[in-house]
Amino acid sequence: MIPMLDPVMLVLIIPAVAAAVLVLLPTYELAARVNVAATFMTFISALGLFALPERPNGLLLIDDLNIVFIVLTTFVGFTTSIFSSGYIAHELEIGRLTPLYLRFYHAMYQLLMFGMNLALTANVTGLMWVAIELATLTTVLMVGIYRTHEALEAAWKYFILGSVGIGLALFGTILVYVAAQPVIGEGIDAMRWTVLLDNAARFDPSLLNVAFIFLLLGYGTKVGLAPLHAWLPDAHAEGPTPISAVLSGLLLNVALYAVLRFKILLAANGQAIAPGPLMVAMGLTSLVFAAFMLYRRRDIKRLFAYSSIEHMGIIAFAFGMGGPLANFAGLLHMTMHSLTKSAIFFSIGHITRIKGTQRIADIGGLTESHPTLGWTLVVGVVAIAGLPPFGIFTSEFLIISSTFSREPLLAIPLVFGILIAVGALFLRLNGLAFGEPLGPLAPNRMSYLPMFAHFILVLIAGIYLPAPIVLWFQNVAGMLG
Amino acid sequence: MTPFALDVSHLLAGSLVLLSFMMLYQARMLGLINVFALHAVALVLAILWQGYIQGAPSLFITATIALVVKAIVIPVALRRIVIQLGVHRTIETVVGIGPTMLVGIALVGLSMVVMLGVTTESDPLAREDLALALSVILLGLLMMVSRRNAVTQVIGFMSIENGLILAAAGARGMPLIVEISVAFSILVAFIVIGIFLFRIRERFDTVDVQALDRFRGEQSG
Repeated sequence: MIPMLDPVMLVLIIPAVAAAVLVLLPTYELAARVNVAATFMTFISALGLFALPERPNGLLLIDDLNIVFIVLTTFVGFTTSIFSSGYIAHELEIGRLTPLYLRFYHAMYQLLMFGMNLALTANVTGLMWVAIELATLTTVLMVGIYRTHEALEAAWKYFILGSVGIGLALFGTILVYVAAQPVIGEGIDAMRWTVLLDNAARFDPSLLNVAFIFLLLGYGTKVGLAPLHAWLPDAHAEGPTPISAVLSGLLLNVALYAVLRFKILLAANGQAIAPGPLMVAMGLTSLVFAAFMLYRRRDIKRLFAYSSIEHMGIIAFAFGMGGPLANFAGLLHMTMHSLTKSAIFFSIGHITRIKGTQRIADIGGLTESHPTLGWTLVVGVVAIAGLPPFGIFTSEFLIISSTFSREPLLAIPLVFGILIAVGALFLRLNGLAFGEPLGPLAPNRMSYLPMFAHFILVLIAGIYLPAPIVLWFQNVAGMLG
Repeated sequence: MTPFALDVSHLLAGSLVLLSFMMLYQARMLGLINVFALHAVALVLAILWQGYIQGAPSLFITATIALVVKAIVIPVALRRIVIQLGVHRTIETVVGIGPTMLVGIALVGLSMVVMLGVTTESDPLAREDLALALSVILLGLLMMVSRRNAVTQVIGFMSIENGLILAAAGARGMPLIVEISVAFSILVAFIVIGIFLFRIRERFDTVDVQALDRFRGEQSG
């Protein structure tokens, strides 16, 4: 196979080249189209990973676990770029962004896709760290792109907490290398997942324990787990809405992927502490904390940012419980949450564009004034709250039922947190979607297509999960142990 | 490994910890920037010594990057920024200097106990080095939480980064160390340029988390 046409290289090369091209393109219409085309081609290449004759395990790695993440990342990246082209055109119209900033925005978007794909495909722990740092940096810059006082404040907070987080993660990465070096020897092999896993049983367990604490705290900051979540709501609320969608839908998953890789490593060692209980504790704390915080939100984007913390908590809990069923449910929940949450942010993008505000109190009666928009928001909230017939119901049901059968006591705070969150979401939805229409009533001129595509996928997954996907997820769940 | 080689590497790593403490009690911004430049120089010497005793030429590149970026470019840029913004007089503290120093001593003790306890089977070169590096990292974190101003937080973050590079240099034959230090330099450079270009004057008044909530109307008062 020609190296350039290798799908593994393509998912990295396309965004990198597109970023370079987009810096140079002067007109935003063309830039937006190139952006969509590049993310579409990246998605197609990601699908090509399934047909890979030989899976690499040198500097890059493809296995059943990261294919799920890569396909999800490139798909949501693609749909978000469609949404972004309409959104950005409006931002230019009202003068919140200048053409120069738009060039920067599109280049950063592709650079972010590159960073995430590199983090997901990297076989070397250090390379993965560099990639996550790159993704963090691009999102920090994009969160601050409006340059209002609030946006800069949010970007600053994100930068400080995010870089402390990745700093701690690097220390953990170094410690894993120090643990591996006496066994494997010096050099890059002592940082390769595939080599690390084969030799994990001979590593010093106490060193691995300390390393995992740093890695969990470090990457956990990026996942948005309480008590390290403080950057997340501000970054979501003050940045452009497409970036909120990508942050919630994708970047949090990428950080979680890093934690999962190290969890597999610890499990392979055998003598190190079980990483599960730590993740369960952080997950439950995030869930319950975010559920209560949902009640006090007055900003619509912050509301759903806290809901992301809640769901990342549920996902971390599921992976922390471990075992085939909980891991399967965790993977499914992660996929469904990415699709649903980014679709909700698309819908919020339409709403805030029409209403010109993010304050929940100033938005009302959407089902009456904008029936399509209003009802899709209702559908979105029903889906994210975990009600049937949507996919999140399936995954939450599996998580709760497996917890009941194994650790009934843990199921109590889990169910409690989920119910509290559902209450808050419906309380806010009631004001947003029903009652007297509030605010401007201009029609929506942007495409609903990305939003509908996501909701249809979530609906299909809730009613019937195709057998190949179930098989694939079961296989991955086995890998995660 | 000769005892002399180990002693020198401990001396250099220890001097970084000492300089971290010095940063904690600086009352003036310009003094803080000077101490940070010294911190970076101490780091460069520590990396050079590690490169020499390990026979690892890639560490010399890392040392050069650290010298140019952290000991020269960033301190000069920060000095210009704080003078231009007129914030060079005093540093606003959240906690007093005395308690901060006591907490710092406790953190160094903690990192010694933790790291020396778990690295009994590791390379002797990496052992104390990791413990001292963790001390530098924790002291940097302490500085970030105990000072309010944006420039001090950036300096705190960069001293954390120095600790990380020190740890990476002590891990024998660690690959990608050049790439990691380049990635860090880009990160820091972007932020310093960001502060400089946007002249976020009000940014320097507060990074109080609650202030943001007030702007957003999430909290009263």
